[in-house]
Amino acid sequence: MKPRTLYDKIWDDHVVDEQPDGTCLLYIDRHLVHEVTSPQAFEGLRVAGRKLRAPQKTLAVVDHNVPTSDRSKGIDDPEAATQVAALAENARDFGVEYYNERDVRQGIVHVIGPEQGFTLPGTTIVCGDSHTSTHGAFGALAHGIGTSEVEHVLATQTLIQKKAKNMRVTVDGQLPPGVTAKDIVLAIIGEIGTAGGTGHVIEYAGEAIRALSMEGRMTVCNMTIEGGARAGLVAPDEKTYAYLKGRPKAPTGAAWDEAVRFWDSLKTDEGAVFDSEIRLDAASLPPIVTWGTSPEDVVAVTGVVPNPDDIQDENKRNSKWRALDYIGLKPGTKITDVTVDRVFIGSCTNGRIEDMRAAAAMVQGKTVHPSVSAMVVPGSGLVKLQAEEEGLDVIFREAGFDWREPGCSMCLAMNADKLKPGERCASTSNRNFEGRQGFKGRTHLVSPAMAAAAAIAGRFVDIRDWK
Amino acid sequence: MEAFTKLNGMACPLPLSSVDTDQLIPARFMKRSRAEGYGGFLLHDLRFDEAGAPRPDFPLNAPERAGAQVIVARRNFGSGSSREAAVYALVDYGIRCVIAPSFGDIFASNAVNNGLLPAKVTEADGESLIAALEDGAHDMLVDLEDCRIVVGNLSVPFTVDPVWRTKLLNGWDDIDLTMSQADAIKAFVAADVQARPWAMPRRGG
Repeated sequence: MKPRTLYDKIWDDHVVDEQPDGTCLLYIDRHLVHEVTSPQAFEGLRVAGRKLRAPQKTLAVVDHNVPTSDRSKGIDDPEAATQVAALAENARDFGVEYYNERDVRQGIVHVIGPEQGFTLPGTTIVCGDSHTSTHGAFGALAHGIGTSEVEHVLATQTLIQKKAKNMRVTVDGQLPPGVTAKDIVLAIIGEIGTAGGTGHVIEYAGEAIRALSMEGRMTVCNMTIEGGARAGLVAPDEKTYAYLKGRPKAPTGAAWDEAVRFWDSLKTDEGAVFDSEIRLDAASLPPIVTWGTSPEDVVAVTGVVPNPDDIQDENKRNSKWRALDYIGLKPGTKITDVTVDRVFIGSCTNGRIEDMRAAAAMVQGKTVHPSVSAMVVPGSGLVKLQAEEEGLDVIFREAGFDWREPGCSMCLAMNADKLKPGERCASTSNRNFEGRQGFKGRTHLVSPAMAAAAAIAGRFVDIRDWK
Repeated sequence: MEAFTKLNGMACPLPLSSVDTDQLIPARFMKRSRAEGYGGFLLHDLRFDEAGAPRPDFPLNAPERAGAQVIVARRNFGSGSSREAAVYALVDYGIRCVIAPSFGDIFASNAVNNGLLPAKVTEADGESLIAALEDGAHDMLVDLEDCRIVVGNLSVPFTVDPVWRTKLLNGWDDIDLTMSQADAIKAFVAADVQARPWAMPRRGG
């Protein structure tokens, strides 16, 4: 048999039907549903009188628009409340398991999937959210879909797909202290550009990826979509199994042993061919800060804001000038001279326990800069609980951080957590697009430790020098 | 879904690259029901200033582009968030075709699922189309049967995935098509339960 990649293997396992033109009907093992991209899908089912093909393979949770303040007395925003109520009703009517805003298991859909053991290696996972790529950290083929496709999966448990190309990104060597998974993925996007992975599935490999924790691998896979690829993958290994074993929805007993044997067979075969290959050296990576309005606009914390005039292509040059105009920075400005007004630690990129720990370690015994407003939003109720058991909430609160309820929050500013026009934010989220964190808000993407240090210093600092 | 064969309509140039779906519809509007239509939110923060007044220099706001059905943009159109609301905003505004050198993957499939044609052209042809529109051309013919775009004397080819083309030409609905394969799905599941018993979810946990 021809050597196959990890992607090839998962794909082959899920093909229900293949047409001569290559269009496939792909079986979907797991479907995550949230309140914003599902209402029209459920409505479509109702109108057509359809039921769910496999409600037990579907899990619903509210995350995008819920407030991160006290929710025990309900949701003030009437539009958000309506959307949340609609998901509760749809889950009940269609027989879907649902975590509401007061459930300790509630959280960002891409944090709770792995946390509950709903996410498993070798499975296909979809959700009406582009950061579904996160689950690829477990060796699951996972990607975002639109609402029409959500309806299609609800009704048929399949998706009409054409196979993507294989790309491998190998990160060799060891990360220096102070450099994290977030810096790896920002460096990759800087290298390939935001459309570099379009039409591909990316497998992340190499010593530095293997050395990452599951949380770190999730951070890398999460931002795969920022490089244009729908899905990212890391081959499952002992770390993957150790993370999953004993999770509420993970297999147990003999089924677990059988699963592990299966998962061990998923690794890319020796000699398998990738359509494109990228290599990076982890040892040479610095802490990274984005300077513009695209995740590809990356620079080392020790660097300066680049000069768009150095770009040959006229359209690209103009678009980068436009970005600088929006972000309010001048070429040549040292990154460590850029001051921030807000700090956001959270999101499906960096809202897990390891991220909370990394940020807390930077702020312990220190105080948030007087001109900065800083918030920490745990990725789920269980992350919050764990952090509180470890006393991290006390460290954050004593330093002057706001410690909030779980949700997507200021990553996309659908709830009350948003930047005011002109405000500049050090954010651990995934998109620095215009207006993403609030109308006219300015976003700089960084790692949790970098964001925490910026909160204390009031500007970006090289955390390798942090004392 | 409404079939798409040939469109002869007002075109508007949007000479920007990487117009992401957060630009196409800012997230804050996605809490609204679509019953009222999403057209007013299309490219909201580019079209309107802080006070909500239309920006006169934004192409879609030009009086002579009123009623635009085609947008011609630069590369990587629709990148970012998977929100189908971005397509709803375009469709509800009246747009039936977006022409660009490349599209975000998820955006493009969402577009097709709503009868909106994502027509791919070369960078050079894209620039020629933008230039023609900026020079005063208004009407554009988009012919999906011939995969050709005509504006004035300019005629350029475009590409679209052949399966998507067939689907658009016929106005097919995916779910109906897949439902006709119910037996194949049933057979797959029966075999899969044997091959991957561990993949069956544990309800409740």
